[in-house]
Amino acid sequence: MTNNSSLVASPSAADPVLSVQDLSVSLPVRGSMLEAVGEVSFDLRRGQIRGLVGESGCGKSITATALMGLLPPGSTTTGRADLEGDDLLGLSRAAREQRNGRKLAMIFQEPMTALHPMLTVGYQVAEGMRKHLGVGKREARERGIEFLHRVGIGSPARIWGSHSHELSGGMRQRVMIAMMLACEPEVLIADEPTTALDVTIQAQILDLLQELVQDSGTAMLLITHDLGVVAEHCDDVTVMYAGRVIEQGSVQQVIHAPKHPYTVGLLKARPNREVRTQKLESIPGRVPTLDMMPSGCRFAPRCPRAQDTCAEEPGLLPQGHEHQYRCWYPVEEGVTK
Amino acid sequence: MLPYLAKRLLLLLPTVLVPVTLVFLMMKLAPGDPAAVILGDSATPAQVNALRERLGLDDPLLLQFVEFLKALVTFDLGESISLGDPVLSTVLSYGVVTLQLTVFALVIAVLLGATAGVMAALFHNRAIDKVTMIGAVMGVAIPEFWLALLLILAFAVTLRWFPVGGYVPMTEGVFASLETLFLPALALGLVQAAFIARMTRSAVLDVVGEQYIATARAKGIAWRDVLQRHILRAASVPIVTVIGLTAAVLMGGAIAVEMVFSLPGLGRLLIQAVTRRDYPLIQGIVLIVAVAYVLINLVVDLVYALLDPRVRYE
Repeated sequence: MTNNSSLVASPSAADPVLSVQDLSVSLPVRGSMLEAVGEVSFDLRRGQIRGLVGESGCGKSITATALMGLLPPGSTTTGRADLEGDDLLGLSRAAREQRNGRKLAMIFQEPMTALHPMLTVGYQVAEGMRKHLGVGKREARERGIEFLHRVGIGSPARIWGSHSHELSGGMRQRVMIAMMLACEPEVLIADEPTTALDVTIQAQILDLLQELVQDSGTAMLLITHDLGVVAEHCDDVTVMYAGRVIEQGSVQQVIHAPKHPYTVGLLKARPNREVRTQKLESIPGRVPTLDMMPSGCRFAPRCPRAQDTCAEEPGLLPQGHEHQYRCWYPVEEGVTK
Repeated sequence: MLPYLAKRLLLLLPTVLVPVTLVFLMMKLAPGDPAAVILGDSATPAQVNALRERLGLDDPLLLQFVEFLKALVTFDLGESISLGDPVLSTVLSYGVVTLQLTVFALVIAVLLGATAGVMAALFHNRAIDKVTMIGAVMGVAIPEFWLALLLILAFAVTLRWFPVGGYVPMTEGVFASLETLFLPALALGLVQAAFIARMTRSAVLDVVGEQYIATARAKGIAWRDVLQRHILRAASVPIVTVIGLTAAVLMGGAIAVEMVFSLPGLGRLLIQAVTRRDYPLIQGIVLIVAVAYVLINLVVDLVYALLDPRVRYE
């Protein structure tokens, strides 16, 4: 994937399948509306894998649920999210039910709880196809079994009639992947798809996802807190902090020449195979809660480089560039290595 | 499913044996000599002793228990002292009325309770939810017999839509029979509907928040199907549990309601039997009710297995 991503990375590249512009999400918290995510913009092109990275509570999953129309009742959104001419944020329920599963789909973090405990695997895999592709029961079964085979399930015909409690975590996540890719959506959102799995299974599932997405040309938004996963599987990356995009660009740019002190901190907090003796660094403090957001740069209270200017929130700069960052005092190249 | 069914049916025997034993012991421990009760006050000690001999009351307890079990297996529950009829046929003929009443009440309770509960959950924290739950709290708090009296006052005495009391058997017209049963069934059913509504609401609310419901919605499944096939399917297990409990509680409530509406059911028979110290009859009624409880539990367990594959799996 990285081989052709350098070809399509130029501004004249193919139009994006999904274009998120200035998305903001407010959630009802104890009677008042609090902004959980704001000024989020990014594009997804066919076959592209974009990592969405950040600590817990930074708005990654809220962004994903907003795109899927799965926000809790009472939430509000502004901005646009264009998918093939539709604004995902303004869809009616009926229109949403036409798009979800067919145009965009989502894989959840916990395969243990994401499958219905009382319905058979087959029913759940076939359900979407029967609705969106209008296929009959038998054809859905044939296609579904083929899909289960493609996601690496050994005896798909047997698994078809089983229930989720009879499967291992890895198997369940494979079923989930088959279920969500069965209608060949344009966009797949994977919300930490391997966090709940054994380490040995994690790599397998990520490789599988990458392979399937490349084969079908589906664009994938891969939500993770693991920059290693990003470096290995993604073309581009968006780093979020406290509800804002604080840096985004190609993996090459962001991982190897990070500009935002937060990204630098995240990179330093990763175990490094080459330098074993070095003690892992951590970012002091924690992500502010929704009702305690700093008024200026949201990272300033934890930032080693913060100065008076940081009392005012910076924009995402430089405009029009592929590599953008939200910082008054970006880190110069070479600092992290 | 089949091995599960076989296992459950096999377990039925020891389960029934427990109430049977308790009923036997209860009769033995009850004060008063059954022979003396049967013969009445004017009997001579010689007559009483002769009857004790004939009834086997002087035999060792274990032997008496074995004889009791033998009689049970041949469906012989002895004869009622006060009525002189065989206990089993008496209990069954009164039991039919209670069965009809209970089933009718259960239908009302389930239809009303489940619908109200689902609506309240779907409109969580909105007006429908609040009104339903206020109604449910009141419903749970009202005793059946009092509700029965209110219903008689409103619908039988004032509006004259239904008879005040009495019973018409099914064989003399289904509609006429249902008419006599409607108010008693409503009195019984409303209280249980309130109970079922509360349980259904919380079951549905729990399931709506589950991750697999988000999965179904992420697949773009139409909301109606999400509700019917995903949410209600998963919420059905706790709802069935409470319906099973309800069915058992209804039999208790039936006693009071039968008295209020003068229905010839098990409840009225039981009160008659108790006031006349008709031990064989009391024994028969208690036994039938106990067996009914056990059967209701069996049905609930089987429904669990049908609904939830994890139950079969164990």
